[in-house]
Amino acid sequence: MPNQPLKPDKVDMSVNLGGLQMKNPVCTASGTFGYGSEYIDYFDPALLGAVIVKGTTMEPRAGNPPPRIVETPAGMLNAIGLENPGVEAFISQYMPELRAQGVTVVANIAGNTLEEYGQLAQRLDHVEGIAALELNISCPNVKQGGLQFGTDPDMVYQVVNMVKSNTQLPVIPKLSPNVTDIVAIASAAQEGGADALAMINTLMGMAVDIDRCRPTLANIFGGLSGPAIKPVALRMIYQVYQQVKLPILGGGGIVSVRDALEFMMVGASAVSIGTGIFVDPYLPCQVIDGLQEYAAQHGLASIKELVGAAHQE
Amino acid sequence: MPTLESALVISNNQVSSHMFEMELAAPQIVPFCEPGQFVHLRVNSLNDPLLRRPLSLYDVDKKRGTITLLYKVVGKGTTSLAQLHADEYVDVMGPLGRPFSYPPAGQWAILVGGGVGIAPLLYLARRLKEKNYPVRVLYGTQSSSELVALDRFRQLGVQTVAATMDGEADYQGLVTDLLYQQLSGQEVEYLYTCGPEPMMAEVAEYARQYGLNGEVSLEEHMACGVGACLGCARKLKDSDEGYVKVCKDGPVFGLYEVELDLAPR
Ligand SMILES: Cc1cc2nc3c(=O)[nH]c(=O)nc-3n(C[C@H](O)[C@H](O)[C@H](O)COP(=O)(O)OP(=O)(O)OC[C@H]3O[C@@H](n4cnc5c(N)ncnc54)[C@H](O)[C@@H]3O)c2cc1C
Ligand SMILES: Cc1cc2nc3c(=O)[nH]c(=O)nc-3n(C[C@H](O)[C@H](O)[C@H](O)COP(=O)(O)O)c2cc1C
Ligand code: FES
Repeated sequence: MPNQPLKPDKVDMSVNLGGLQMKNPVCTASGTFGYGSEYIDYFDPALLGAVIVKGTTMEPRAGNPPPRIVETPAGMLNAIGLENPGVEAFISQYMPELRAQGVTVVANIAGNTLEEYGQLAQRLDHVEGIAALELNISCPNVKQGGLQFGTDPDMVYQVVNMVKSNTQLPVIPKLSPNVTDIVAIASAAQEGGADALAMINTLMGMAVDIDRCRPTLANIFGGLSGPAIKPVALRMIYQVYQQVKLPILGGGGIVSVRDALEFMMVGASAVSIGTGIFVDPYLPCQVIDGLQEYAAQHGLASIKELVGAAHQE
Repeated sequence: MPTLESALVISNNQVSSHMFEMELAAPQIVPFCEPGQFVHLRVNSLNDPLLRRPLSLYDVDKKRGTITLLYKVVGKGTTSLAQLHADEYVDVMGPLGRPFSYPPAGQWAILVGGGVGIAPLLYLARRLKEKNYPVRVLYGTQSSSELVALDRFRQLGVQTVAATMDGEADYQGLVTDLLYQQLSGQEVEYLYTCGPEPMMAEVAEYARQYGLNGEVSLEEHMACGVGACLGCARKLKDSDEGYVKVCKDGPVFGLYEVELDLAPR
């Protein structure tokens, strides 16, 4: 990239992720940033490209018993169990403040059945202030013996299709990395009508408490996040970018500007930051600034020019 | 308002075989500090360990603009903290969480602390004393060499009785046994407790027997510290569903509000 350096404010930071228009490519990941107001003492959530709010289900969920989290080398496991107040309370209790703050909101939905995904999509379709739907498909399908929706291409196709036919909003399925062939899953999502892909959700793992001689998490298994999963996320995004022509919201282990650059270079049009916020609440803002500076230094008039740069021969 | 500040280490001294006392210059955080609240520390900038570590406000000096922490070295994070030297900086978020409240007028404040659980009770004692509440502190540790906060309480001028198992302090035995012994029956007590959970459960049981009220300070593993991740859940007592967040709804709870674990974790 031999271009002349630019002034940072000359870089166009805006991105369009399959119809989700964002002022910059940096989002906070679902479940790590609550409903946008928890970190209000640290920065204004309206500065973000988007806030992806905590996963929402039809009915309220109490979540799993504690312990729910455990730190692991370069990461953490969580088994929150989708604690949330349900879709109606989300709309009535949290959306007004998010709207008032001018936040670009992406709702994240999780169903127990195919039909529930459809109902959630329909319910959120005309709610003012919601800019897109992210589908958490790492949930057990109750009717299919608890098999995760996201691990079977046919079910992925059906979920995406169901949601698409119930909403006008951009639909962004969030792929589970706990699969053998991520490209097959991504292709199924594309056929189902996805507007973009989010990748990756957490990797299933566990930890053992040797003092109690028991699994550490009450739920036994939990989702691994943080720097430990970054290489897996990069590899999967690289593969999908080559085979599937959908914009990608990339994330998994981003804790620095450099990490975010790597995600964009392998093919992410935008990035999500989760666990990294726990470490440094200012990280999302640092990443926005850092991406802009990098682009300016390399003479890129638009941040979009970085996307997939690592694939060039 | 809580904030994030790069705090200068003024001192970081070993005070017993496993405990350290660290004073930090945190002028932006100090004005908002209330007893019972905690700070969330990034022990180094290497992302190893990754998550922040929650530590109670042990003491706050509003004039000097400093906070003091008392911590026990138990693992990776606290080991890393213990290696910090004066003139280095550490990244501190805070103050976080719900603070202790003050007792109803006319009641004695009885502070029952065990081990490093004494930490939040020192700053509480200071503030209670400033507000002229009658205060008594019951402080228990395994051995007398671990009574690292004793001098500080005595300097405050609050009545402090120490219980250790080695018999080298005021009372030999458990601090909870001391609690029953101290009961005068003449004054109404408002209890504050922090320490191992079986100890706190025992204090709650004592309170229940005598119809007293009070507050506990709980610990739970934390990621965000601000109520965003829902990682620090604890069950409310007498409730089939519904968890509270220790970082945001606590760490201070009513003595009867949450289920206490009798078995050591
Ligand atoms: C609100 C609050 C206030 C606290 N105040 C103090 C204090 O004033 N002094 C003090 O010595 N300790 C205090 N603790 C406990 C302290 O946070 C832990 O001892 C510390 O996090 C251990 O970190 P480590 O890396 O050394 O241990 P490790 O065991 O290696 O830590 C591994 C992980 O478990 C977590 N963890 C381990 N033990 C605890 C625990 N007891 N509570 C919460 N998380 C834990 C760590 O934060 C880390 O995420 C407090 C805890 C809470 C929740
Ligand atoms: C505490 C916690 C809660 C999460 N909750 C959700 C959730 O409700 N829905 C969802 O789709 N992903 C959830 N995730 C996954 C994150 O959104 C993100 O995909 C994952 O953590 C990987 O990114 P990271 O390494 O940057 O955290 C959660 C992650 C964590 C750590
Ligand atoms: S530590 Fe994240 S909600 Fe309490």
